[in-house]
Amino acid sequence: MAEKIEMPKLSDTMEEGVIAKWNVKEGDKVNSGDVIAEVETDKATMEVEVFDSGTVLKILVSEGDAVPLGGTMAIIGEEGEDISDLLDGDETSADGKEKAEVKEEKSSDKSEKEEKKDDSFDPILEDVNGKESEPEADTSNDERIKASPLAKKMAEEKGINLKSVKGSGPEGRIVKHDIENYKPEAKKPAAAVSFDSEESEDIKISQMRKTIARRLSESKFTNPHFYETIDIDMEPAIQARTALNEVSDVKISFNDIVVKACAAALRRHPAVNSSWLDDVIRKHGDVHVAVAVAIDEGLMTPVIRHTDKKNLRQISAETRELAGLARDRKLQPEQMEGSTFTISNLGMFGIEEFTAIINPPNACILAVGAIRDVPVVKNGEVVPGKRMKVTLSSDHRVVDGAKAADFLNTLRQMLENPLTMLL
Amino acid sequence: MAVLQFREALRDAIDEEMARDEMVFIMGEEVAEYNGAYKVTEGLLDKYGFKRVIDTPISELGFSGIGVGAAMKGLRPIVEFMTFNFAVLAADQIINHASKVRYMLGGQASVPIVFRGPNASAGQLGATHSVAYDSMYAHFPGLSVIYPSEPDDAKGLLKSAIRSEDPVLFMESEQMYGLKGEVSEEDDYIIPIGKGKIKREGDDVTIIASGKMYHVVKQAAEQLAKDGVEAEVIDPRTIKPFDIEMVIESVKKTNRCVIVDEAHPFGGLAAEAGFLIQREAFDYLDAPVQRVTLPDVCAPFAKNLFDIWLPDAKQVIEAVNTVTYRN
Repeated sequence: MAEKIEMPKLSDTMEEGVIAKWNVKEGDKVNSGDVIAEVETDKATMEVEVFDSGTVLKILVSEGDAVPLGGTMAIIGEEGEDISDLLDGDETSADGKEKAEVKEEKSSDKSEKEEKKDDSFDPILEDVNGKESEPEADTSNDERIKASPLAKKMAEEKGINLKSVKGSGPEGRIVKHDIENYKPEAKKPAAAVSFDSEESEDIKISQMRKTIARRLSESKFTNPHFYETIDIDMEPAIQARTALNEVSDVKISFNDIVVKACAAALRRHPAVNSSWLDDVIRKHGDVHVAVAVAIDEGLMTPVIRHTDKKNLRQISAETRELAGLARDRKLQPEQMEGSTFTISNLGMFGIEEFTAIINPPNACILAVGAIRDVPVVKNGEVVPGKRMKVTLSSDHRVVDGAKAADFLNTLRQMLENPLTMLL
Repeated sequence: MAVLQFREALRDAIDEEMARDEMVFIMGEEVAEYNGAYKVTEGLLDKYGFKRVIDTPISELGFSGIGVGAAMKGLRPIVEFMTFNFAVLAADQIINHASKVRYMLGGQASVPIVFRGPNASAGQLGATHSVAYDSMYAHFPGLSVIYPSEPDDAKGLLKSAIRSEDPVLFMESEQMYGLKGEVSEEDDYIIPIGKGKIKREGDDVTIIASGKMYHVVKQAAEQLAKDGVEAEVIDPRTIKPFDIEMVIESVKKTNRCVIVDEAHPFGGLAAEAGFLIQREAFDYLDAPVQRVTLPDVCAPFAKNLFDIWLPDAKQVIEAVNTVTYRN
């Protein structure tokens, strides 16, 4: 009995996966447990294993193509088996999706459209159905767009993507009125084609970029952010670090100390270690601090679990390992999920201070600046000092100004008197 | 233009055709000495005599059969039914003979006959006297069905019907015989069978209605105009052949359509027209076509129930609101 190999859910937030690489081709024999493909998700490149042994009868998606969750990637069965009923009416495969997308393109792209259609010509589908198969718009991923036939035609003529139109008819049906009154959103920079110069380059948006764009926009536009900055005397922390590194086999960084101090401060301020969950605010029982790691294509936020229960050596070693995995894009989803607080440190880039966008579902994120040599007033005298600014972005739905300030003050006390972290 | 009653317009048409062609004669219950149950044939006996204006017994099947036979032999009979509710008794002659003779005899004979009389309901007449038969007869190949709404249409179309080489069912209404309207005084005024008429122009919705329902729609359209909705009202006048071209042209302009039909919903004119519209104007539709018909229930006698049963302007306005998303 032939089986469809469907796009598995490889991370909690993935909606589609891009086939990074096929390890098999049609006709190959596979055994249960074989890795047949590598799939790029919104977070990492993951391996897809098969559970059944058999022969790869059909590969439905090319490398580089996206497949919605649950969409058919390939079909595996016994050699020579009739798989027509599996292919028949399969609207979830990337093949179907691609055709649907082609359909939506403007008529000005007609020649390209024809070519694309030819590319996706599938001899098996043709033979099986005995007529040209024309899958309808993809229904697997998002809901079918309801529009009156007239509205569809008008949208096509005007080059309006129905996905961007809000329907006013029954069950959200898009009708003539909606198309006539459609006002496009402010043009995105990408649309400013007229400014094209020879140096310009359009870069395909990666899964990671899409995720960053979606999550951060969501966060910034949904969570009411407010910001509080505090200046911390880092002299004691510098001394402590020097002393620690004399005895530690693992090099402790300032970032590790900030992580440790935050974790300890979060224990004392559970309001900051919380999440807005629409109907409740959850005060998390554990402290899991995520650390933002910049990589070439974007940034990742690996999580140091139970941060408050770990010592500086553990934090340091773990951060280093996770950052390495992030740069190699080998982080597993579970290594990126479940954070309760995030720290973003741009100190090493000489940034004095900045504001960060909250990493949902966290309530707060700490933006850490560089340690600066500044003149400070001590006992009525101006003396050289070491100062570091940190800025806490808070979701006002969860945290109020005074609570955020309390947390920052605890954090400052700890960094200015590192021994208190041990309490 | 002369202002005539509906019955006078019909009489003029019959009179003119009888004067023009001596093969034309009229027969039916009370058409001669009583001058017609609804006075359509008033004065015709005096003018043309018993040979061409013939009273029949109460036997619809019998005199319809005589009519079909006479038509096959070259005469042009007009058979008047006191109501189409009684013509059910003559259905065998109409459906099995008149409609099929030309076909079954390979064109060697034709049946140039007009069956005419009042159709559909006319107030509290009970279930057996209130049926609209236009859609039913339109179902059969070989029959044309005409259901005019105004005296002018009645005159021009009845003359065409009498001249038709094939059987025509010509539907009237007890409630419209006294209706007055301007009628063309043009010599030999003919309206071709199968041509509708735009009786009101508008851009917002197309409403289709014939016969008595046209007057309901006219009233609804006036009300809608006050609310800022301009309805285009099409009276197809001929049920079959149906003037789909005119309807499609209109729907392409208005993008919405409501069909008002005095018949029951299943398989009626509204169903057929709705199908044709979605097939021919799919890309122009902004809303599913709506119809206003009788419910799938026989006519009630009680006045309160009868008033609910018969389509009225309010129902038409509701349907228009639905297709224009004004609900």
